[in-house]
Amino acid sequence: MINLFNYIEKESPIHRLTGATKLVCLLLWSFAAMSTYDTRLLLLLAVLGIALFPVGRIGVRDVSFMLWFTLVFLVLNTVLVYLFSPQHGTQVYGTCTYLFGFSGHFAPTAEQLFFQFNYILKYFATIPFVLLFVCTTNPSEFAASLSRIGVSYRVSYAVALALRYIPDIQKQYHEISQASQARGVELSKKASLTGRLKAASAILIPLILSSMDRIEVISNAMELRCFGKNKKRTWYMAQRFRAPDYLCMLVCLLLLGASIALTYVNGSRFYNPFQP
Amino acid sequence: MKKLSVKTIVAIGIGAALFFVLGRFVAIPSPVPNTNISIQYGLLAFVAAVFGPIAGALAGLIGHFFIDFSYGWGVWWSWVIASAVFGCLMGVVTSKLKIEEGQFGTKDIITFNIGQAISHVVAWIVVAPVLDILMYQEPANKVFLQGVTGAIINIIATAVVGTLVCVAYSRTIPKKGSLEEEN
Repeated sequence: MINLFNYIEKESPIHRLTGATKLVCLLLWSFAAMSTYDTRLLLLLAVLGIALFPVGRIGVRDVSFMLWFTLVFLVLNTVLVYLFSPQHGTQVYGTCTYLFGFSGHFAPTAEQLFFQFNYILKYFATIPFVLLFVCTTNPSEFAASLSRIGVSYRVSYAVALALRYIPDIQKQYHEISQASQARGVELSKKASLTGRLKAASAILIPLILSSMDRIEVISNAMELRCFGKNKKRTWYMAQRFRAPDYLCMLVCLLLLGASIALTYVNGSRFYNPFQP
Repeated sequence: MKKLSVKTIVAIGIGAALFFVLGRFVAIPSPVPNTNISIQYGLLAFVAAVFGPIAGALAGLIGHFFIDFSYGWGVWWSWVIASAVFGCLMGVVTSKLKIEEGQFGTKDIITFNIGQAISHVVAWIVVAPVLDILMYQEPANKVFLQGVTGAIINIIATAVVGTLVCVAYSRTIPKKGSLEEEN
């Protein structure tokens, strides 16, 4: 339950950044990596993302499980892309260079291989950074950071409530599930598909009804304490911005700028080595 | 923008927490190997039907973001946004229903299910694949096939789970005028 979000408490320059900074950086970085397909920038992002791991004092062992998960996902996706659209690269780059003397619909082309290389690179440009964010950001700081970057504090409070009640609801789900199973509710493969869905509903109904009571109790408590009376709200977990925070945000902003600039320079989102 | 009421805020928080727990820990094996049925969309449809489109959209957004976040495979914004779109549409199409006043008859069940089917189709066959193509430039036929599969599974799951939950919830609320004077 403690390891739900994989946050690893350590002392490092990245841990010392405020949650708001890391959230802004994550958004800027994601958009930078999402908008471009330029091989050079993606390579830079991938190398930079991996290089940040020692800075954050996160080892491969800490993230090995998540990494495996991602790799399986990645392989599956790559294979699917090839199966469904072996000519996608040709469409994207506008030329067709058959390799190894094959020709036909499924024949490997240099463009397709290059496209898929970029596709894989795109994962490597975002995933290390997200993993780092997950490992170094205390979830409790999340709500405070959201309100810091301008999200309405009511919405930020909803996020804080979600984080607060996930463990409670998880525990309650577990209890209800065990009680139902003791009464013979079947969730495994022995039951038919609709049977399983109905069994899941049998667990869900008590869970949701008690959650509705919970909503009532919490909102009454908040109203009694005049929640939402003032325009602003302070947060226990909020931290002040320091020089490194501004620096990190600036670097990520520059990366996003580079990504947009490259799109203009290349004339498209792709870096095309096949046309002179 | 209208201020969110305290109850809506709490509903968003608890709805997102429920969405997270169901999506992350409740795995019902489906006939297709290695895929699970996501019953959390039944819950999201219920939250949207009772608390409205803003609550549905935000509960889906926050819940789905935390699911991706806790798996650590990177946040798939295209699918996270599609969850929010589903919650929002669901809230819009069910805005005429009065589940919170204890009304959920046959007619309402039909409205609810047609609404959820349309919302799922829009979210998974239009929004998610288009965003996937825009953001990741994936081949169109691959993402549309993934979207169609997801939509079908989600529609079935929501039809069973969502309907049952709505019926059960509406029964717990005494209807208007349900008390009769005795002689």
